[in-house]
Amino acid sequence: MPLRKKAIKNNAAGMRGAVAKMAPLALKLGKGEPVGASAEEGYMPNGIRVNFFEKKRGSARAVDMLLKKLAGKPFETEYPMPNFDRVAPNPAVKDLAHAKIALVTSGGIVPKGNPDHIESSSASHYGEYDITGVTDLTEDTYETAHGGYDPVYANQDADRVLPIDVLRDMEKEGVIGELHHLFYTTVGNGTAVASAKAFAAEIGRKLKADGVDAVILTST
Amino acid sequence: MHICTVTPISMTVGANRIVPAIAIPHPLGNPALKKDEEKALRRKIVMKALEALTTEVDGQTIFED
Repeated sequence: MPLRKKAIKNNAAGMRGAVAKMAPLALKLGKGEPVGASAEEGYMPNGIRVNFFEKKRGSARAVDMLLKKLAGKPFETEYPMPNFDRVAPNPAVKDLAHAKIALVTSGGIVPKGNPDHIESSSASHYGEYDITGVTDLTEDTYETAHGGYDPVYANQDADRVLPIDVLRDMEKEGVIGELHHLFYTTVGNGTAVASAKAFAAEIGRKLKADGVDAVILTST
Repeated sequence: MHICTVTPISMTVGANRIVPAIAIPHPLGNPALKKDEEKALRRKIVMKALEALTTEVDGQTIFED
């Protein structure tokens, strides 16, 4: 619900207007009275969630919002999208035959038994696993921990999500210089963007430190 | 680079080199195929990924077949 707010000057001249807003709020807080949403009371949003019942049901609110959107009218989302940053593309890999390639996946491929207990949804961490000498992922040795897709096919053959078998062939043939001996995995299902970003920063640091030239990230 | 089934998601989160995958439960596979055909398919997708990595791009690019 957009509120009409008279712009308050951001200097001493605006003090009167600012105090007019702050004083009633301060009195409420002082008296222990309930305080409304930041948009209503004029304070800076502090991210505290309060449950309440809307007057209109969700389906009606959604249709109202869509009609406004279709008519090109302004509307206010009830759930802002996360802010996804952009990075400049890396330069192309120059010498693939001597490049070290690493595999990372959000498809939740883990050693059989999921030894580090990566969650099937809302992953709280990622796994780092050594594939020295591993040329093929099998039903007996690997599985998926991901709870957001039918796991049957990945459990039968995890190469379907983490293509170690073909990359090993390419390494042997000299198409690539080397397949990095570690792979990184987490479960993308319902994982918070902030968590994913933090995992990526750490994984990226490790890959750089290990002299990896390029990464293939697989997602379902 | 990103091998991903739902490429609009890859675009939204900002991947710069994207290769489309087969299906959500088996992005680099197809259980309907025989083992050797499936592996050949997987190799084709990974070769595309390597092509993406060795190609200069100036913005988000999807490397389709």
